Amino acid sequence: MQEIVNAFQTALSLIARADEDLIEIVVLSLQVNGTAVLLSSIAGLAIGAILAVYRFPGRALLLVLVNALMGLPPVVVGLLVYMMISNAGPLGVLGLLYTPTAMIIAQSILITPIIAALSRQTLEPIFYEYSEQLRSMGVGKSRMARTLLWDARYGLITVILAGFGRATAEVGAVMIVGGNINHLTRVMTTAIALETSKGYLSLALALGLILILIAFIINGLVYVVNRTAERLAYA
Amino acid sequence: MLEVNETNTPFPLKVRGLRFEKGHRTLVKDLTFEIDQGGITAIMGPNGAGKSLTLRLLHGLIPPSNGTICWGNLNEKEARARQAMVFQKPVLLRRTVEANLAYALSIKGRPSAASPGTLIIKTLERAGLKKRARTPARALSGGEQQRLAIARALMHKPDILFLDEPTSSLDPSAVKAVEDMIRRAHADGTKIILVTHDLGQAKRLVDEVLFFNRGRLVEQGPATKMLTNPESKAARQFINGEIVSPSEKP
Repeated sequence: MQEIVNAFQTALSLIARADEDLIEIVVLSLQVNGTAVLLSSIAGLAIGAILAVYRFPGRALLLVLVNALMGLPPVVVGLLVYMMISNAGPLGVLGLLYTPTAMIIAQSILITPIIAALSRQTLEPIFYEYSEQLRSMGVGKSRMARTLLWDARYGLITVILAGFGRATAEVGAVMIVGGNINHLTRVMTTAIALETSKGYLSLALALGLILILIAFIINGLVYVVNRTAERLAYA
Repeated sequence: MLEVNETNTPFPLKVRGLRFEKGHRTLVKDLTFEIDQGGITAIMGPNGAGKSLTLRLLHGLIPPSNGTICWGNLNEKEARARQAMVFQKPVLLRRTVEANLAYALSIKGRPSAASPGTLIIKTLERAGLKKRARTPARALSGGEQQRLAIARALMHKPDILFLDEPTSSLDPSAVKAVEDMIRRAHADGTKIILVTHDLGQAKRLVDEVLFFNRGRLVEQGPATKMLTNPESKAARQFINGEIVSPSEKP
């Protein structure tokens, strides 16, 4: 018990004095996750809007596929990306293995289906509500998709935050393609795994506390966004 | 600026053998009728008669299974550009009142040389919604929402305005405000074709009635005759407030 108390005290001390290693890991994590979420949001929202608005052969199959990909095992994604970018892989020449870029690619592959599927679920009810009116006004499908994306903006912010939460918690894929290299590709989750395995609980706990704090902030933002949407009667 | 060829006209509307089938059911059966430009036309009849479906077929929102719809000497695209429709439950964007009007301008362009801001203010004044310009549209009352939907539809001065039961869930004062807008639109030269169940509204507003039952046009005539002494049994039952049985033949 005393060991846990000591670990907590040291962890809080690391956070309080903004330990250099700790900050470096947190900043890299936020950079990798933020970039991955940005890229995934662009692709995922576009896919979600297309699935909500357009009707084409194979749409049902694509819906099933996107929904299934939401549950992609991170280690499998990590393995596939590793095979693509390792020296023997087709993209090996780019030298991406064990770089933050590789971690961003793996994260993006994991998060894009989540954002695509959830945004489709958010947009489709609004599509059914708007469809006849917009067609009556002479609005084409492309404009319709952009209209839905704007009008569903509060719901979609929640979707993006869910994607960010998923990225923040990810460990398996970034461990494989990033290699957890100190000062280069070490992010919060991989550092926690490593430090715990070494028995250095203080840094792991400090990072864990920051992760929990980020989770609280994300959930707080989701709450604020939803309340704002209700207050403005845009929901 | 909306380009309209003033030498062409969407009237008379000629419908020939219009049919709509869904699965094995025929929901609209071989409609043949004509509608001229003058007056407000109502499509009336009991539930399930095919009134709203016919409105959507005329507006081109759904393709017919068979038959033709000819709008004067206009082709389908030209005719669609001169029409607007307001639905029973007004569909408003999740934006402010003025943003809903701005959206309509962004789709079809400006109907006159006036700036978008001026057009929006004038439209809001006509609809009695100027003070609500910055209010989220979905926070308006039912009557205000319907007035906004009609105002948005009228922004480009359409030749034809379809209204699908525009006052079905409104209180009497809201009904009056909507009916006043409909009268003004008609006076400004827009042909109104509306679906209504409300006999009082038909008596107040309408010049011509098409009575539908079980997917068929049963009778068409001037409102004065149709609302007092129709020829068909189904129409007589309807205006007398009797239940029109779906199994009864017209």
